[in-house]
Amino acid sequence: MMQIYLLLGAMIVVAILAVELKDLLSSIVALGAVGLLLCIAFITLKAPDVAITQLVVEILCLIILIRATLKRDLPFSTTGRWFLNTLIAVIFISVFLLVAAKCLKDLPQFGYPIMRVAGTYLKEGMTKTGAANIVSSIELDYRAYDTLGEATVLFATVIGILAIVRKSGVKKEGEEDSEENE
Amino acid sequence: MKVYLLCLGLFCIGLYCILRKRNIIKIILGFIIAEYAVNLFFILAAYRMEGRSPIFAPDAKIVNMVDALPQALVLTAIAIGLANVALLISIALRIYDKYGTFDITKIRELRG
Repeated sequence: MMQIYLLLGAMIVVAILAVELKDLLSSIVALGAVGLLLCIAFITLKAPDVAITQLVVEILCLIILIRATLKRDLPFSTTGRWFLNTLIAVIFISVFLLVAAKCLKDLPQFGYPIMRVAGTYLKEGMTKTGAANIVSSIELDYRAYDTLGEATVLFATVIGILAIVRKSGVKKEGEEDSEENE
Repeated sequence: MKVYLLCLGLFCIGLYCILRKRNIIKIILGFIIAEYAVNLFFILAAYRMEGRSPIFAPDAKIVNMVDALPQALVLTAIAIGLANVALLISIALRIYDKYGTFDITKIRELRG
């Protein structure tokens, strides 16, 4: 129990660092530290599959972000309506926190979840699907359509990225619209 | 209950970063932090006191497993989060190519 508090505290501190550091590359490295601490927290909370996926995704994310910011760093500008922006952000966050604290009262107590659906899965998953790992038996058998939808989303994202970053077919400066080569 | 509030605090850091920062990369970092907080919240809600991970062993009787359903859902959400981040980064790079800056206050004119 104590480890979870420690990990969450460390995550919050490193996340504040990631938000407030001036240098973009340092922020990204701090974000990587948040992700790795999250990975340890998942292991502490007895979710090894999620921890493995989080590790892989975190490293890929870090590579993409570093690729995006390399040699593109720019100085931080503090001009503009500083007070108004901060006030709006703080009001928004406090309203969110009030509503969330009200809703948290209705959740079951930490450490004692209501396992109506998952209880059935845990009882029958081994005999019905033959998988020793219940998470993979839910992921690939009971909720296989969910995974199919995930794969669909991933391919749609790949198509979207290719459409955004392609060089050919992008309109040059002062050129007429030419949509027929899509 | 205090654990949930700490998790919400992490989410609020991400939210503050999204609302307040001007650099597009910083906004994406806030988005990622908020996403981490939501994933962690699901796993926290699935935890059971003195629980074991939901994997059966052939030679041992394992009782008191944690809730496996939110873990399966979070597994899906993490992969989709990576796709989200890749799409956001590609849009940010496109904006950098067009305007030469990551500062959202400098991106004013819509030159379609």
